[in-house]
Amino acid sequence: MPIDKFVTVQTSFVPMPIENVDTDQIIPARFLKATTKDGFGDNLFYDWRYEKDGSPKAGFVLNNPAYSGTVLVAGKNFGSGSSREHAAWAIAGYGFKAVVSSFFADIFRGNSLNNGVLPVQVSETFLAGLFKAVDADNKAEVKIDLENQTITNVSTGESEGFEINSYKKNCLMNGYDDIDYLLSLGEEIEAYEAQAVKF
Amino acid sequence: MGKTLFDKIWDSHVVKTIDDGPNVLYIDRHFIHEVTSPQAFGGIKARGGKVARPSQVIATPDHNIPTVNQHLTIQDELSRHQVETLKKNCEENGITMYGLNHPYNGIVHVVGPELGITQPGMTIVCGDSHTSTHGAFGSIAFGIGTSEVEMALATQCIMQPKPKSMRINIEGELGKGVTSKDIILYIISKLSTGGGTGYFVEFAGSAIRSLSMEARMTVCNMSIEMGARGGMIAPDETTFEYIKGREQAPKGEAWDKAVAYWKSLVTDADAKFDKELTFDGADIEPMITYGTNPGMGAKVCEYIPTLDSIEDSSQGSFQKSMEYMGFKAGDKLEGKQVDYVFVGSCTNGRIEDLRAFCEAVKGKQKAESVTAWIVPGSKQVEKQAIEEGLKEQLEAAGFELRQPGCSACLAMNDDKIPAGKYAVATSNRNFEGRQGPGSRTMLASPLTAAAAAVTGVVTDPRTIFNL
Ligand code: SF4
Repeated sequence: MPIDKFVTVQTSFVPMPIENVDTDQIIPARFLKATTKDGFGDNLFYDWRYEKDGSPKAGFVLNNPAYSGTVLVAGKNFGSGSSREHAAWAIAGYGFKAVVSSFFADIFRGNSLNNGVLPVQVSETFLAGLFKAVDADNKAEVKIDLENQTITNVSTGESEGFEINSYKKNCLMNGYDDIDYLLSLGEEIEAYEAQAVKF
Repeated sequence: MGKTLFDKIWDSHVVKTIDDGPNVLYIDRHFIHEVTSPQAFGGIKARGGKVARPSQVIATPDHNIPTVNQHLTIQDELSRHQVETLKKNCEENGITMYGLNHPYNGIVHVVGPELGITQPGMTIVCGDSHTSTHGAFGSIAFGIGTSEVEMALATQCIMQPKPKSMRINIEGELGKGVTSKDIILYIISKLSTGGGTGYFVEFAGSAIRSLSMEARMTVCNMSIEMGARGGMIAPDETTFEYIKGREQAPKGEAWDKAVAYWKSLVTDADAKFDKELTFDGADIEPMITYGTNPGMGAKVCEYIPTLDSIEDSSQGSFQKSMEYMGFKAGDKLEGKQVDYVFVGSCTNGRIEDLRAFCEAVKGKQKAESVTAWIVPGSKQVEKQAIEEGLKEQLEAAGFELRQPGCSACLAMNDDKIPAGKYAVATSNRNFEGRQGPGSRTMLASPLTAAAAAVTGVVTDPRTIFNL
């Protein structure tokens, strides 16, 4: 299925200065019983976001109207743990277009790219700068330009480049997905199978 | 320059290389379960496609299933629906499924090896991060997301950037009471949960070579917990011996051919790794985790680190973790209260783990205050445990052998640790709420779990068992 095209965003952002946010926090296992991709956004960060009775926890950032925007900025090693793509569906479902951190777990990085959510890996210093900017002004903005592979802390004007391979960049900018591409390789796959080791 | 074991297998599975992009990688075996596959089948259907190579796909429901009264089927409606959806998808696409109550049902990473489906030199994927378990056989095995499950179902290929390579050597002899679980908890405590990110790890060295297949699987299983894409161990006689005669192992002439090929699957002497680490086996002691990620581990006989030993930028996360666990920096680990003991999961739910636990608790009794769940990894493990008399031994010591499944490893079924309670678990993750909302998990080996089960507190197994 085609994914949403990623266009340059300039937006206020949601700060989560916690390290090692694992996929069990992003979407707890008990919400994995669905057989479709819908509705996960409502349960994003459920145990941090809601009390036992389902009422919002006052201290949690997603419940704080002072913070908003389509970019999540998180502490290092974001998305470790389970391979559940439900974590990426929850982030996309909530409306985030990009996640910024100084380090991402491998599987999460792949899963989010496959769902049109851009993982932007920045330096520790740049990350600290974003947290500082949002501390000073909770409507501080970040700008992410995929074409030029740059991220800007709008408050300070400071910019940094980020990495993405050109294949994935092209997919995101055009809304292509890997499956369409793989399906077009039928002959190559058969040729591979013909020469593979068998016993 | 020579090639690493990883390079040999990876390079021989590349269908196509994309410039400044991922490789198209051919997948030999694809395991599926009920939680991460329904949306993938849905995607294939929506495109009007079909499963490309159903004979290379193997299904077993495990995450959602109950561990008591399995003959009554699943009571939870959503769980039942997910398992039934898997069944329907498998039937429609001609995929073999070992469903609930099938003699081969069990946790996907226990089932694959015990049926001889997992073999050296293969590429193996599953929509589950602990697919790394299968790397113990000298295969490239790793967890994938559901989009990739769809790719693998639709084309038998996925797109992956080639990871960097790391070798971790454990040399020398292990001390008494030190198990493969302690090895891997020790490594993760040294590397942290992100230390292996971007790498595929080969485990080597004399201490690794001396391990049984079950023990090797425990090590590779948790390689994902240091962020590594996967872990692997070169196949050797121990590997061949384990596979020989299993249901889907090559037979007759094919066996000889296979072994000849498998013997070539070693890292060449002059191969280079991007990173190489060596640890002394004698330095490893029984380990336990005290925090909310698997990197927060220490020797059972030691103390939780003090705050000033933690890097400044990590102190906030460390303190959040201590608050969640109800622990204080600098606390002694031995003597901490334990309410639940969970023995099971794809990390330590194999026959050898049950044997070790039984042997340890023999002649002792479960502590009154402890609730213990002993959960075999598969129907076959359960059967063997009964045949070997382990079930009786367990019962004599006040324990109960439950039915197989993922169980309290991720608590998708009813096996949930209540909020605020402490569990010593042989599984692989101690994240907040992993074993149920508010649950507090301490990861350890089956031996350390046995020690906690009979004393009701965190206990160094070497102090109470004759090892
Ligand atoms: S036992 Fe735990 S880690 Fe293993 S497959 Fe099941 S849920 Fe995943």
